[in-house]
Amino acid sequence: MLTPLSAGESEALWLSLKIGVIGTLLSLPPGMVIAWALARKTFPGKFLLDLIVHLPLVLPPVVTGYLLLLTFGRRGLLGGWLDSIGFTLAFNWKGAALASAIMGFPLLVRALRLSWEALDARLETAARTLGATPVDVFFNVTLPLIMPGLLTGALLAFARALGEFGATITFVANIPGETQTLPIALYSALQSPSGETAALRLLMLSVLLAVGALALSEWLTRRQQHRNEKSPS
Amino acid sequence: MSRGLFTAHIRKALGSFTLDVQIEAIAGVTAIIGASGAGKTSALRAMAGLITPDDGHIAYGDIVYFDAAKRTNMPVEMRRMGYVFQEALLFPHMRVIDNLDFGSKRHGGVDEAQRKELIDLLALEPLLMRYPRHLSGGEAQRVAIARALLSNPQILLLDEPMASLDPARRREILPHLEAMTERLHLPVILVSHNIDEVTRLADRVIVFDRGTVFAQGEVAEVLNRLDVQQLIHGESGDADIGTIIDTKITGHDDSDHITQVEFPGGTLTIGQMDRPVDSEVRLRLRARDIAIATEKPTGLSIQNMLKGHIAQIDETDKGQMIIGLRLDGHPEQGLLQAVITQRAAKTLSLKTDQTVWALIKSVSIVN
Repeated sequence: MLTPLSAGESEALWLSLKIGVIGTLLSLPPGMVIAWALARKTFPGKFLLDLIVHLPLVLPPVVTGYLLLLTFGRRGLLGGWLDSIGFTLAFNWKGAALASAIMGFPLLVRALRLSWEALDARLETAARTLGATPVDVFFNVTLPLIMPGLLTGALLAFARALGEFGATITFVANIPGETQTLPIALYSALQSPSGETAALRLLMLSVLLAVGALALSEWLTRRQQHRNEKSPS
Repeated sequence: MSRGLFTAHIRKALGSFTLDVQIEAIAGVTAIIGASGAGKTSALRAMAGLITPDDGHIAYGDIVYFDAAKRTNMPVEMRRMGYVFQEALLFPHMRVIDNLDFGSKRHGGVDEAQRKELIDLLALEPLLMRYPRHLSGGEAQRVAIARALLSNPQILLLDEPMASLDPARRREILPHLEAMTERLHLPVILVSHNIDEVTRLADRVIVFDRGTVFAQGEVAEVLNRLDVQQLIHGESGDADIGTIIDTKITGHDDSDHITQVEFPGGTLTIGQMDRPVDSEVRLRLRARDIAIATEKPTGLSIQNMLKGHIAQIDETDKGQMIIGLRLDGHPEQGLLQAVITQRAAKTLSLKTDQTVWALIKSVSIVN
């Protein structure tokens, strides 16, 4: 049973990682802007924005997937136009990345927003008076100080993306090599009468991946703590 | 390197009142004092570019930072104004040394010799490799002051730099701040509501009252004004009224451990000071430490007596009288204030122009 990965398995693993990483990276810039706005600004519609960001957390994933299909499907509100400029999201891995990005988005924004709220804005003001431009302040004061929240949020979003099932299968279906990530492959294996061994192997792979992600998160957190607690030398 | 006059005309609506001030500063320390909510910090923030005035003009020599008419508004980071906040606000992810060099990396800072001198002056050498979380409040504030100065500012803005420190830490910082401001040849604007801090550090003072300038001028001249003192100390503060006098040491008496000082109003004896003859000493005489006699008294333990005549009598609402004395031989100086009870004033039947002796029970040395 512990033979090397089959072509199908490594494909599912690779696809899961690709979709998770790309989905997370894509959600970082809008996630930072929205977290910053929610933490620092007051504007009309702030409550509504907060609500929309959190929707994927509370909606059944199938509903989110169906909404994505209505919006980004070939005949969807935006999908038709995107299709006409040659960018298709429906039924391919890009759509899967979008689905996992949206499902992980609330977790990312929450973590980022918390660290942005904890950051003393006067530190940024002090940096300005010392001659730093707003961009300089962002990269040398703000970003290092919200880094713990950014790492936590990104890892949570990534973990969420790895486990994404409902929205993905609804939006981009179950296409081996294109949208069949680990959980979807596992589901498919369970559906076939002789798929038990395959299902068990995929299960072990998923557990290994989850443990790996957790270990990485733990290591990053400790490194951050270590950096903040360096004793006087 | 002095560029001359720093001028700030700032008008800005601030919620319940409008800040509308016209202030000037030259090299040296100019203090802004006034009750909290008088607009002191807002004025400082406007100078630094942290808030934008509705109207006005802020310039130093030929550099224009803000001009409402010409729509000039230099960004904060271009103004080169060092700003020390009430709290140190050190960057927690950087060691002290990186905090110190943050400004100089961007502005080109001071030269190496000056940098070393400042680090020595503020005793920062042992702290350089620490992270801010391992500093005490006083240490952190010293680093913050040095950080602002190392960016080689053209103007230094101090916003109650010692407000967040306890009295012991204040006493620790004050000499550093004093030594430093004496060496700088740039305008330093100090916002404070601590009168001791101001009399010790400032050359000139500006008094704010609800968004306007109430008085402005030399420290002793402004702070000795009774109306200014009443404004600063508020209704309850008659106990804090006093008079600042600038004196010069004329001699020491080692056997009695005393030092004699003189000023145009007379001579005074104070506890022995470790300073040479002819040094200047700024003293503050608290009004409640001064008693009044209508004839020259004899057989008293009080050593310090000044002769003058009553120029002004003010009644306060707590059965006390504030007597303003014009000292003989010192007519141009402000009045020496004494607080006595209403009953005492009645018994002595004090009236203006009467010649009296002020008996000074204690003298505090400002610097």
